[in-house]
Amino acid sequence: MLGLNKKDTTLFLIVIGMAMLAPFILNPFPEGSSLAQMFNAGYPDLMQRFVIFGILVIGFNILFGLTGYLSFGHAAFLGIGSYSAVWMFKLVGMNVLPAILLSMIVSGVFALLIGYVSLRRSGIYFSILTLAIAQMCYNLAYSVLGNPSSNFNLTNGETGLQLSLNDPRILGSATTDGALPVTNLFGAAMRSSYQWEAGSWLFTFNVGYYFSAIIMLISFYISIRIFRSPFGMMLRAVKSNQQRMNYTGLNTRPYVLAAFVISGIYAGLAGGLLSSMDPLAGAERMHWTASGEIVIMAILGGVGTLIGPVVGAGFNEYFKNILSKINDDILHTWLSFLPDGLENLLVGFLHYFVGKGWHLTLGIMFMLVIIFLPGGLVQGGQRIAKLFSRKKDGQATPPATQTPAE
Amino acid sequence: MDSIILQILNGLDKGSAYALIALGLTLIFGTLGVVNFAHGALFMIGAFCAVTLKKILTLSSVVEDPTKTDFLGKPLKVATPYVESWFGEATGAALIDWAVPLAILFSIPIMIGVGFIMERGLIKHFYKRPHADQILVTFGLAIVLQEVIKAFYGANPIPTPAPAVFRGSFDFGVLLGFDPNAIIYPYWRMVYFAFSAVIIGAVFAFLRFTTFGMVVRAGMADRETVGLLGINIDKRFTIMFGIAAAVAGLAGVMYAPINSPNYHMGMDFLVLSFVVVVVGGMGSLPGAVLAGFMLGILEAFASMNQIKAIIPGIDQIIIYLVAIIIILTRPRGLMGKKGVMEE
Repeated sequence: MLGLNKKDTTLFLIVIGMAMLAPFILNPFPEGSSLAQMFNAGYPDLMQRFVIFGILVIGFNILFGLTGYLSFGHAAFLGIGSYSAVWMFKLVGMNVLPAILLSMIVSGVFALLIGYVSLRRSGIYFSILTLAIAQMCYNLAYSVLGNPSSNFNLTNGETGLQLSLNDPRILGSATTDGALPVTNLFGAAMRSSYQWEAGSWLFTFNVGYYFSAIIMLISFYISIRIFRSPFGMMLRAVKSNQQRMNYTGLNTRPYVLAAFVISGIYAGLAGGLLSSMDPLAGAERMHWTASGEIVIMAILGGVGTLIGPVVGAGFNEYFKNILSKINDDILHTWLSFLPDGLENLLVGFLHYFVGKGWHLTLGIMFMLVIIFLPGGLVQGGQRIAKLFSRKKDGQATPPATQTPAE
Repeated sequence: MDSIILQILNGLDKGSAYALIALGLTLIFGTLGVVNFAHGALFMIGAFCAVTLKKILTLSSVVEDPTKTDFLGKPLKVATPYVESWFGEATGAALIDWAVPLAILFSIPIMIGVGFIMERGLIKHFYKRPHADQILVTFGLAIVLQEVIKAFYGANPIPTPAPAVFRGSFDFGVLLGFDPNAIIYPYWRMVYFAFSAVIIGAVFAFLRFTTFGMVVRAGMADRETVGLLGINIDKRFTIMFGIAAAVAGLAGVMYAPINSPNYHMGMDFLVLSFVVVVVGGMGSLPGAVLAGFMLGILEAFASMNQIKAIIPGIDQIIIYLVAIIIILTRPRGLMGKKGVMEE
C-alpha cells in the first residue's frame, strides 16, 4: 500500500489505528473512578502532546537514528517554529495552516544555515556546535530579541510571545466581544471537542488532536519512505563509516545536510503545532535541557527504529503526566494493605520518585535504558517477543544477533 | 584604563570557575577518553558540600529560657549550636563563620569518593561504547544527581556567605595608583582567584613532578604501551577521575559564596565548560586553563555598557560565538594536539 512493503504497511496501519482510536485506548477506565483520575490520558491537552512530540522525535530520529549525528540543540527549531506560528496568528489570521507552513519554512531556513555551519564537524564537535548555537538562540530570544520596551520585540522575553487584542490580523475576522480569537482550521476551532458519553465512560474527540494526529501520520509515512529510500540507505552508510564513503569519492555532506534540514523542518512543524494548540511561545522551549529531553525521548523509544520515536515520545509524556499526579495520599491508599510502619517507610521512600520528583524517575529510567537496552524500549520488546517465540518453537537455535536498527 | 582592569578582574572569578571545571573535564577526557556530561553535577555537589557543612555546624540544641519571652509572650527559645557549647562560644562562632573554607577539607574525601563510585560503577562499562552513549549516560546521571540534590535541599538557592573577614570589597585601584573608588573588588573573588590558581598549580605540579603523574602522562600519550610495561594504568586513571571530581568539587565549594548554590547550577556551568574545553583544545590541560580565563574575561568585557551599546546582546552570546569560530577554523582548539578527536 502506498509503496510500502507488507511489514511497513502493517506497522503503518497499526499506528493509524492507534492514533485514530486514541481517545478510546487512552481512556480505559470509567469516568469518575479513582483509576480514571490516575491513568486515563484521553484528554485533549495530553493527547495533543503525544502526537506533537511524536512528530518532533520522528524528525530527530531521521538525523540521529540514520546518520548518527547527535544534535544537542534540536529544541532551537521547536522554539523557532513556535515563534513563527504565533507571529502568523498575530499578523495574518487565526487559521493554523499558514502558521504551520511558515514555521516549517522558517525553521527549515534556520536548519539550513545551522546545519551548513555545524556539519563541517562531526562527532562530539558537532554535538557541542549545535549545543552552542541553540544556547545562543535561547539567550537571544530570552534577552535582546525579547525586550518589551524596544521597537524590535520579536520574542517578548520572559513572558513569552502571546496574542493580544490589538494585533493587526489582516485576514482575521474582527472580534467584537473583546475575547481573544481562537486558532482554527477554516472555522473548526482547535480547542473544540465533541464528547461522547457511553455508559459511564466519557470519550473526548478533540479537533486539535485529530488535526495533529493526521499531520503526525503524514510525517510518519514520510519517515518510513525516507528510511526505505536510497537516500536513507546513504544516510545509514554515513553512520556506519563516513570515511569509507568519502574514499569512494562521494561527498556525504549534502546528504547529511538534507537530513538535518528535514529533521529541523519536523521540529519546526512540531513547534508550529504546539503554538496552534495554545498560541503562546516561550523561550524555555529552546533551552538546552529541552533539547536533552528530545534526545531522551528518542533513546527511550529506540533510536534508528521506525516506531521507536513515537513510542518514546508517548512513554515520556505519559509517565511524566502520571508520575507528577501521584502524591503521598494516593501512595497511602495503594499501600494500605501493608503493615503501618512498613507502609509509612515505603511511602516516605517513594515520595522522592513521584509528584515533583518525577524528573528523578525519568532520569533513572533513561540511564537504565542506555545501560541495558541501547536499542530502547523497541529493542526490549523485540527481546521479549524473541523469548516467547523461541519457547514456542522449542528449538535451541541461537538468536541471530540483530542490530536494533530496522 | 581603570575600567579595562576592572573588567579583567571581573572576568577572573568566572574564568577561574570555568578553568577549574574545564581542567577536570580535560583530565577525564585525556585519561579515560570519556566525555563527562556529569561534570557540572560534580561542581554542584561540591557547592552543596559547603551547604551541608554549614548545616552540620549550625546544628543546635534548643533550650527554653524562662527569664525571657518572645513577642508572643511564650518563653524564648534559645538555639545554641553544638559546636559553640563544645568548643566555647568564640571558637564555635568562628568555626561556623569559616564553614565555607572548612568545607574544602570536608569535600575532598567526599568528592574523591563520588568520583570513584562514578568511574567504577558506571563509566567503566562505557569505555568500549560510542561517544554518543557516554554523553547520554553521563547526561542521565547528571539529571539524576541534580534531582537527588533537589529532593534533599529544595529548589531554592541557599545563601552560603563567606567568612566575615572576606565579606565586602576593597579598593583595588589605590594599590595600582589609580584614583580611589575607581576599581572596587570584592575580597572573596580575589580569594577565589588565588585559590583556583593554587589548585591549578597543584594539579600541574602533581602531573609534572611526581612519579605517579609521570605514569599518568605516559598513559595519556599511549595507554597500551604503558599497560604492556606491566603498569596497572586503569587503577591510576580511576584515581585521576577522583582527582578531577575533587577539582570540580573544590571549584563548587569556593563558588558557593559568590552564587548561592541551587540544584541546577551544575547544568548552567556545564555547557559553558564544554565550550571552554573545546576552545582550549580537547585533551590539552594548559589549553583548558587558558581558555577558561580568556572566555571569562571576554564575557566580562562583552557585558560592558559601551560594548553592549554597539552590539546589543553580545554579552549573552560572546562565548558561544568564539567557540563556533574556533571549532570551524581551528578544530583542535587553541592548544590541542593534532589528531585528538579530529574526525
